Amino acid sequence: LLSARIPNSSMVRSLDIPEVLKEDDRPKWDNKFQYILSCVGFAVGLGNVWRFPYLCQIYGGGAFLIPYVIALVFEGIPLFHLELAIGQRLRKGSIGVWNTISPYFGGVGIGSLMVSFIVSLYYNTILAWVMWYFINSFQEPLPWSACPLNGNRTGYIEECHESTAVNYFWYRRALNISSDITDNGNLQWWLVLCLAICWAIVYICTIRGIESTGKAIYVTAIFPYVVLTIFLIRGLTLPGATEGLVYFFTPNMNILKNPRVWLDAATQIFFSLSLAFGGLIAFSSYNSPKNDCEKDAVTIAIVNSMTSLYASIPVFSILGFKATTGYWDCLDRNIIGIINEFDLPDQSIMRDNYTIWFGFLNTTHPKKIASLKLRSCDLQEFLDASGTGLAFIVFTEAIILMPGSQGWAVLFFVMLFSLGLSSMFGNIEGILTPLLELHVVSKSVPKEVLSGVICLVSFVTALCFTLRSGSYWLEVFDSYAGSLPLLIIAFFEVTGVVYVYGIKRFSDDVKWMTGRQPNFYWQVSWRIISPLLMLTVFIAFVTLQTQEQPSYGAWNPKYVCRPIFLIHLFSKNIVTIFSYLLMLQN
Amino acid sequence: LKGPLNRFLYSTSTNGVELFQGQCSMQPPSLPVLVLELLIFYLSLQYAWDASEEYLFKAMVAFAMRRYSNKETTQISNVLLCNMTERVSFWFVVTDSARNVTTVPGSEVEAAIRMNRNRINSAFLLTDNTLQFLKISSTLSPPIEPTVPVWVIVFGVVLCLVVAAILFLVVSGIRQRKKNNNESAETGDLEDKCDTPVTTENGIPCDILDLKAGQINGVYAADDERFTPL
Repeated sequence: LLSARIPNSSMVRSLDIPEVLKEDDRPKWDNKFQYILSCVGFAVGLGNVWRFPYLCQIYGGGAFLIPYVIALVFEGIPLFHLELAIGQRLRKGSIGVWNTISPYFGGVGIGSLMVSFIVSLYYNTILAWVMWYFINSFQEPLPWSACPLNGNRTGYIEECHESTAVNYFWYRRALNISSDITDNGNLQWWLVLCLAICWAIVYICTIRGIESTGKAIYVTAIFPYVVLTIFLIRGLTLPGATEGLVYFFTPNMNILKNPRVWLDAATQIFFSLSLAFGGLIAFSSYNSPKNDCEKDAVTIAIVNSMTSLYASIPVFSILGFKATTGYWDCLDRNIIGIINEFDLPDQSIMRDNYTIWFGFLNTTHPKKIASLKLRSCDLQEFLDASGTGLAFIVFTEAIILMPGSQGWAVLFFVMLFSLGLSSMFGNIEGILTPLLELHVVSKSVPKEVLSGVICLVSFVTALCFTLRSGSYWLEVFDSYAGSLPLLIIAFFEVTGVVYVYGIKRFSDDVKWMTGRQPNFYWQVSWRIISPLLMLTVFIAFVTLQTQEQPSYGAWNPKYVCRPIFLIHLFSKNIVTIFSYLLMLQN
Repeated sequence: LKGPLNRFLYSTSTNGVELFQGQCSMQPPSLPVLVLELLIFYLSLQYAWDASEEYLFKAMVAFAMRRYSNKETTQISNVLLCNMTERVSFWFVVTDSARNVTTVPGSEVEAAIRMNRNRINSAFLLTDNTLQFLKISSTLSPPIEPTVPVWVIVFGVVLCLVVAAILFLVVSGIRQRKKNNNESAETGDLEDKCDTPVTTENGIPCDILDLKAGQINGVYAADDERFTPL
């Protein structure tokens, strides 16, 4: 009986004694700012720094903001508000909330728990990579700035020479990657150590649940903004920054005709706000019931999007700087070749009159020019060569070009680490809170032990990502575990709350908590637009996934990057099956 | 004069250089002679290249030959430069006055210069990159490796901090728990006598009415009519 499970808000209100007094052992936030900061830290993660600029870049720059804002308004904010409200009202973690709404929906809660667990496994591995780069940033010169010498010191190591020093450091020195996913290799001891340190740090911060994360979040949520500002100032003063900004933000409106843009905008908003993890429900369940969750939701969602935009400015300026430097190098090399060949005085050809000279010489001495095998230098080409390898390859390459590179590298990797750590808090909270409610352990076992067990189990499970093929596994997990299940869970969240819990009851709850009835925008979004949008995105996503063979990019020691196709590996998503089974059971 | 730094290796065909009346000139070789071509990146020079610099170069090559062969027979006049270009590249030959004005084999000159490369570089305030002897590939200097890799030190520091933090938190948690247990044992009797606000539902105190019992196996029925609507 739904009403028997939830004290009716009218009944509780008439007594004017909130039910919280009965459960005074439920922890609460020290202050509102801590709660807001935790939600912001959870939502703002590594994806804001590298995924959003990447999407902006490939989807026509400024034009991408249009589908992004539309998705934010009609999908992101309503779902965000819904999760915060339901958690605050029912004051339970994800499993408790969904069991309360209907036992048939308990699977949604367990699905959230599983997704939080799986995502925290590979997310912390990324942090382990960041940690590895961080502790290597204290050397002079940076280890990824130059190729190491080969055995007899006559040249550089061939693998490094064929590609770049940065690539070599990432694929060989950090990952020691194998050539395909079936070739597992051994555990890489340096990555195991870094992973252990990362899980230890996560344990320290989440040891007592929100009591400890609430204190840690002050540092981990605010520090990235400080560093982003520093990088913003530095980035804008670098040469070539304006070219980068102009190039990446120039809107190309034609791109909006491509349906993939809309799909990617919807999914980006969705994953960026960390919906359907259960972490937001857990966070808001520690609030006092009379808290304005509507204002919180709108504030946090907008802060998240603003952070994405704010982060993309230094990223694009630094990418522009890197592209310009590469372009200048290319030009310089060509100029030397021409000067040497034609024995011209040294300053006759400069970068700005290179094209004139080249054109002139090409018409007068075409054979000589052809024999030089000059590489055609195109700034566009250099600007295009960035992508998801942003942090570890592109940015590290840009950092070695900046003066004082050790300091910038340290700052950058600490920023990435704290961005990821604050998201990890939300993930761990999404695991810890439901487990505490499931009463899997007796009350006498302290919370420290439970969080320790969670961290230990996660560490041991995540050791598979420290194998030589670990990054391939991580890519698979990221593509298949961190995407589809979230869409399914969110769809069921919306329909569950709106149609099973009842939109009228929910609106009354929100009115009781915030003091005003949710207006027309919320009603329409919750009832119609968001579920419809979720369903469309889900169908489109599945359609697109099934059209291509599952694949992953592999690093071939023969220096050619070729995709290797996964056949019948993870053909169906494990978590989806699991939650379906649970729902059927109930 | 300043300008872009040249980093390009200039390779050219090796026309032989022949001694002709004590001067080197561009003639097809009658003797197989290895000629070393020297390329100085003009703009790396912090000084102008003139005849005195050429003299210094000859002196350095002579010095290198002397050091290598341990004979003090090579004179500055034995080193001949020719085919000067404005980019400061030229060819040079080392002759051996003891052996009837023939040239010293290129391999010897190569070895001598390789041995004393540092000194020659520093005499001209240049580096291996900016003062290039074509045909002499320099062995790349190994990077300076400290005895303990830096990352191990940093890792050790981080590890110590983390372990210390964990120990501190765990110990303080245990102590807190002990204190709480002691306090609750002392004040346990007092609490029972205090008035705690009793929440009631429909006139029944909540302590008696176990709300949770109704959650399990409840038949779902949205039955709102039992409660007075607003």
